[in-house]
Amino acid sequence: MAKELRLMKGNEAIAEAAIRAGADAYFGYPITPQSEVLEYLMGEKPYEKTGMVVLQAESEVAAINMVYGGASCGRKVMTSSSSPGISLKQEGISYMAGAELPGLILNVVRGGPGLGTIQPSQSDYNQAVKGGGHGDYKLVVLAPASVQEMYDFVEKGFELSFKYRTPTMILSDGVIGQMMEKVELSEYKPRWTHEEVVKMHPWATTGKTADRERNIITSLNLQSDVQEEHNLKLQAKYKKMEEDVMFEEVMCDDAEYLFVAFGSSARICQKAIQNAREKGIKVGLLRPITLSPFPSVIIRKYADKVKGMLSVEMNAGQMVHDIKLAVEGKTKVEYYGRMGGIIPIPSDIVKALETKLIGG
Amino acid sequence: MTEEIIIAGFGGQGVLSMGKILAYSGIMQDQEVSWMPSYGPEMRGGTANVTVILSDDRISSPILNEYDTAILLNQQSMDKFEATVKKGGTLLYDPNGIIKHPSRKDINIYQVEGAEEAAKMESTKTFNMIVLGAYLKLKPIVIMENVIKGLKKSLPSRHHHLVPLNEKAITRGMEVVKTIQTV
Repeated sequence: MAKELRLMKGNEAIAEAAIRAGADAYFGYPITPQSEVLEYLMGEKPYEKTGMVVLQAESEVAAINMVYGGASCGRKVMTSSSSPGISLKQEGISYMAGAELPGLILNVVRGGPGLGTIQPSQSDYNQAVKGGGHGDYKLVVLAPASVQEMYDFVEKGFELSFKYRTPTMILSDGVIGQMMEKVELSEYKPRWTHEEVVKMHPWATTGKTADRERNIITSLNLQSDVQEEHNLKLQAKYKKMEEDVMFEEVMCDDAEYLFVAFGSSARICQKAIQNAREKGIKVGLLRPITLSPFPSVIIRKYADKVKGMLSVEMNAGQMVHDIKLAVEGKTKVEYYGRMGGIIPIPSDIVKALETKLIGG
Repeated sequence: MTEEIIIAGFGGQGVLSMGKILAYSGIMQDQEVSWMPSYGPEMRGGTANVTVILSDDRISSPILNEYDTAILLNQQSMDKFEATVKKGGTLLYDPNGIIKHPSRKDINIYQVEGAEEAAKMESTKTFNMIVLGAYLKLKPIVIMENVIKGLKKSLPSRHHHLVPLNEKAITRGMEVVKTIQTV
C-alpha cells in the first residue's frame, strides 16, 4: 500500500496518532498553543469510529484525574496542555507516579513563569525531568523535534509508559505544536479488548474475579517501612529506564565542538551547524530524544573527544546542569538561550559558540 | 534544492493558506516541507506571516533569519522583512498600499498587482493565488500539476469547485508579474 502522507500541525499529528494508536480516551482543556489537539479530536469524532472517548473536562485538574481513572482500568489514556495547565496537573501526575499508573501527557510549552506568554519556550525542562510534582519520582520524557516525531511518540510514549508503569510526558513547544510538516501516517490499531487488558495488565482494576486477590490502585502508604520499600522499587524501575535512552548524533564524527539541544532548539542548531561549518568551525549536534532517561553516557563519551559543548535552550539554562553532571568536568560546558517566547536565531548561536567556547 | 521563503501581509489576505498550498504542492513533488506561522494575537486583524521551506533534503531549522525569497504584501511587512532577503535573493511584492518601495540594490525585485488583478477577476479571494502564480513564474520549484494537487489537498472537498478559478488566478499571476530590477 502506498504510504499515506499528510501536511499537519504538530498538535494535529498528536491527535491523529492517538486515534490510530488505539487510544481509549483523551481528556483535555483548551489552552494556547495546544488547543488544536482537542479541536482536531472533536472534529474527527473517534467515539463514532473506534469508541475512543474525547472529553473536554471542566479543568486541567479534572482532566488529569480522569486520566488517573482510565489508567487504573489498564487503558491507554492521555491528556494535553501547555505550561500553566501542566502545573495544575502536577498533583495528579505525582499520584499517578506513586500509584504506578501509565498515561500520556503532552506539554506544548509556552514561556513562563505564571501565565507568561503564548509563544514557544522550553522553560519546563526542569519541571518535566526532575519530577514536577512532589515526591521522588520520574517520568519518561520524550522531546520531539519534528511533526513526524510528535506523531511517532504517541505510540512510543504509550509503549514506554506501560512498560515502566509511569506516566510519559511528551515535552514539545509552540514551534513543534504550531508548525506544519509532512507526516507519514501509520495503520489503524484496534483498541484493546477487555480480555486483552485483563491478560496484559494483571494489576489493573478490571473487575475482581473469584480466582484472584483484589487490585488496589493507590499512592497512599501510612507505614514508613512499606513506603520506603515502595520508593526503592520505584527507583530501581527508574534506573532500568536507562536501557530505553534515545538520542541523535548530527555531524559528530569530526566535531571539535558540540551543540547539545532538544526539540525545536535542536532544529535551529542544525542550521547553525551549516553556517558554522561554512566558516570552517567543526561543530556537531547531540540531540537528547529522551530527556528522562537522560543520555548521560553518550555525552560523557563525547566529553573526551570535543573541546567544548554549548547547551542551546529556550530557557535560562536548565539542561546545561545535566550536561555538566554528565561530563564530570572533562570538557567546558556553556549555555546559550533566549527566554520569554523569543526563538534563538542560527547566527546568534554561532556567535555564542565563537565567543563562549572558541574564543573563551 | 532548498528554497526558504517568508510570506507576510495582513491577516485575511490568505498569507497562511498560500503557504500551506505551496507546502502541499512540495509534498506532491516528493519534497521535504515545513510551514511555520506567526501565531498569537497579531493574527486577529494585524500582520500575519509564515515561513515556508521546500527542499530535496531534510530541513534543519523551520525558523530563519534570512530568506531566499520574501513575498511582502503590506508596508509593515516590507519594513520588517526587506532586510532579511539574502544577497542575490528575490523580493516579490504587491505595490498596492506601499508607500516606501524596496530600496536594496543587491537583490532581485519583482511586482505583482495582486489586489488589482483580483478585483478585475471579480473575486478578491483569488488575491493570494495570483501572488502565488507570480512567485511560481519566478521560481518554478513545483510544477503546475502538483500545485493543483496541493490545492485539492488543502481545500476541503466542498470547495473543490473553486479549483478552476484558483488555477486561472495562478495563471493570471504568472502573466502579470513585472521585473523591477535583477542583479
